Amino acid sequence: MKFASNAAPHWLGAESVAVLMRQVLYALVPALIVLVWFFGAGIILNILVAAVVALGCEALVLRIRKRPVGLFISDYSALVTAVLLAMSLPPLTPWWITATGTVFAIVFAKHLYGGLGYNVFNPAMVGYAVLLVSFPEDMAAWPLPRNITPDQQTLSLFTVLQYWATGSVPADVTVDALSAATPLNSVKGQLGMMRTMPEIVGDPLFGNLAGHGWEWINAATALGGGWLLYRRIIRWQIPTAMLAGLLAPALVFYIVDPATHPSPAFHLLSGGTMLGIFFIATDPVSAAASNRGRLIYGLGIGIITYVIRNWGAYPDGIAFAVLLMNLAVPVIDRYTRPRIYGHGA
Amino acid sequence: MTNGRTSNQALPLPAWGIRLESRKVDSETGAIKKMPPPGELIVALKQNIGVPAETIVQPGERVLKGQPIAIASRWGLSVAVHAPTSGAVMAIEERPIPVAGGGTGESVIIEPDGKEERYAGYVAQMNSKRLPPPQIRNDIMEAGIVGMGGALFPTATKLNPGSGIQALILNGVECEPYISADNALLTERSDQVLQGAAIMLAALDCDECLVAVKADMAEAQAAVQAAIDALGDDRISLVVVPAFYPAGGERQLIELITGKEVQAGGLPWDVGVVCQNVGTAAAVAKFFDEGEPLISRIVTVTGDGVGTAANIEVMIGTPIVDLVEFAGGYTDDAAGLVMGGPMMGFSLPHDQLPVTKATNCILVAGQAELDPSVREMPCIRCGECARVCPAALMPQQLLALARGPDYEALESQGLQDCIQCGCCDYVCPSYIPLTSRFIEAKQGLWENHLVSQRSALALRRFDARGERLERRESDRSDELQRQVDEIGPAGEIDADALRQLKQRVKSKIPGDKT
Repeated sequence: MKFASNAAPHWLGAESVAVLMRQVLYALVPALIVLVWFFGAGIILNILVAAVVALGCEALVLRIRKRPVGLFISDYSALVTAVLLAMSLPPLTPWWITATGTVFAIVFAKHLYGGLGYNVFNPAMVGYAVLLVSFPEDMAAWPLPRNITPDQQTLSLFTVLQYWATGSVPADVTVDALSAATPLNSVKGQLGMMRTMPEIVGDPLFGNLAGHGWEWINAATALGGGWLLYRRIIRWQIPTAMLAGLLAPALVFYIVDPATHPSPAFHLLSGGTMLGIFFIATDPVSAAASNRGRLIYGLGIGIITYVIRNWGAYPDGIAFAVLLMNLAVPVIDRYTRPRIYGHGA
Repeated sequence: MTNGRTSNQALPLPAWGIRLESRKVDSETGAIKKMPPPGELIVALKQNIGVPAETIVQPGERVLKGQPIAIASRWGLSVAVHAPTSGAVMAIEERPIPVAGGGTGESVIIEPDGKEERYAGYVAQMNSKRLPPPQIRNDIMEAGIVGMGGALFPTATKLNPGSGIQALILNGVECEPYISADNALLTERSDQVLQGAAIMLAALDCDECLVAVKADMAEAQAAVQAAIDALGDDRISLVVVPAFYPAGGERQLIELITGKEVQAGGLPWDVGVVCQNVGTAAAVAKFFDEGEPLISRIVTVTGDGVGTAANIEVMIGTPIVDLVEFAGGYTDDAAGLVMGGPMMGFSLPHDQLPVTKATNCILVAGQAELDPSVREMPCIRCGECARVCPAALMPQQLLALARGPDYEALESQGLQDCIQCGCCDYVCPSYIPLTSRFIEAKQGLWENHLVSQRSALALRRFDARGERLERRESDRSDELQRQVDEIGPAGEIDADALRQLKQRVKSKIPGDKT
């Protein structure tokens, strides 16, 4: 009797890349729900734009590169990039800004380097950085989260749609409603004006531990991150190291001078910290390869984030921190190779 | 040797390796079944690492059960081959043999006569353990015994490491799913295994033996312990190894049990350890205690594609088709034939191949038991492969280097240390066939070595030729000088003699214008 031949091993136990990516998307759902609760439906619109543009660009570029379109589109990686980018942008960002960022992320940062598995830089963060330097005002335009003050102006869905589509709003909408400071932004600005932390956090913009609304968003993101850890989609090295890299200097400076430095809890629960820790820094392709290398990588991102937040020009430094550590990955990999069994001891 | 651990204590689980379903339930139940001789035996002459044995029988000759039909070749590492049963030698010819990649090997074809008449040339030796070690090794070589875990390394050579062996490890771990041949052997014939251990200890001049059994093989553990107690030999003890894959790899097992690492390019005896399969030990005991050389082995026949999974004692040379028939025949679900387990076993293209000394398992896999080949994606650098690698390699790195191929970097990053266990393939989300790539790369590396050796040789020969030509040139000019000196300085030229010379030359060379 004849049989077909296959190479060993004949058992394959891993989940596919598509399954991994889908799990990442599911893990983002709690954060998404809380974001929409506090900041309205603009986020959803951004995600839709980013998703459509991402998949469209990827299909186009794959066709140009003569690669199998269906195989790579169905791996969900472009979708993950799109969603992460969209969730990092202010909720009222007009659609052309989101689209531009997505094009840069997918075409330049991902496919021009070789596509899935070959990108040197985190594509979502490249998109974000390009937008940050190209549309600085729009990137700082965060609306007020829900329930800051009893008399704050809430934006109707129609207004949101109009702003999203055209960039303009009806005359009765105040500027404040469209672009208020985020807690990180506020802290940076007010410390610069020589106010102290206790004074700053008295503002209704701030909640219990960090920014109002932002604490919940970060908590929900962390929940999703915990799910990814549990499912072993991501491993503990990068999140823990980045946490340590951010917390350690924050703690030190807070203990030394609490009046002019926000608390470690504030750092953890504001801005895109949890998103960065669990979803962005853990992108495997652009991260270091070995376990030891990943600890160094995560630590570097955490420290650089703190440096930028504390002394740099931008309120949140995660994007640049990630991109800077991406640059360092080849060196990190070169010097953190594990010791092979039987070579020295 | 066990770092202060007492025997019977389970060892901790290391960070590498993977957990696999053992799927051994089917074949564990029931005693070892003995299979009668088939219609035709195909006894391959090369069933060892090294060079094939050389035949000493002719077609048409009658041979007896256990009679040597080929002796160890002088030209390299080799072991003898024996007739598994009495019968007639029909032919000595090339036949397909079960090796990875296919191919044929010269084989002695024997038609059994069903009488099972034994060869009287080997007798049981009562004082085997008191024989001098070289004698023991000689007898083991005579018996055609090779490593029966699948490696086929000549046992006599392995038992000749010189002095300084602190422990003999008997490997009964059998970490691949489905395979339970060693498990059955330990459950039913532990005493024979321990007899073999004692003989090996004598050959090695060593006084500690550790029998390694996997944690989920409770019956085997009990049987081994009972046999140890019955024997009353306190040199031998039981070690329980955690149930994961690939705990049974030689170097991994040594590291698990003793904590020592065998250096790259080195051998276990460098760290004072010799590792032998339990089946090999049983074969040694069989030869010394019963006078039977290696002519049969226990094979696990299992899978959804076979009627009744079982551990069967089979004669070497039995065609696989007959073996499957004995195990109940094919079911409708027979989709693939694998020699070995699902992780390292290789596919067989058909069942006309014979059982060899390396055949520990014939897996007749059903459709659901073989994972279909999936479309490969690019490596996403997730790092799972490095996490599970028993040799602490970085398969993602090796994959990138193999694409070059960058042989120097491949060598320095440990390609030669890959044990081809398949753990990296198993965990890869991109379904990259890493093990196949590494096997290819190793072949390329070997060829590259060959090419550079030949280049070095060619360079040496070129240099030698240059020297030779130079020498010839200088010899010639020395010779010329010597002749000139002999003749003396030039004197007056006789004009007549010169004119005559020119005429002579002109007449000999046609068309010359002088």
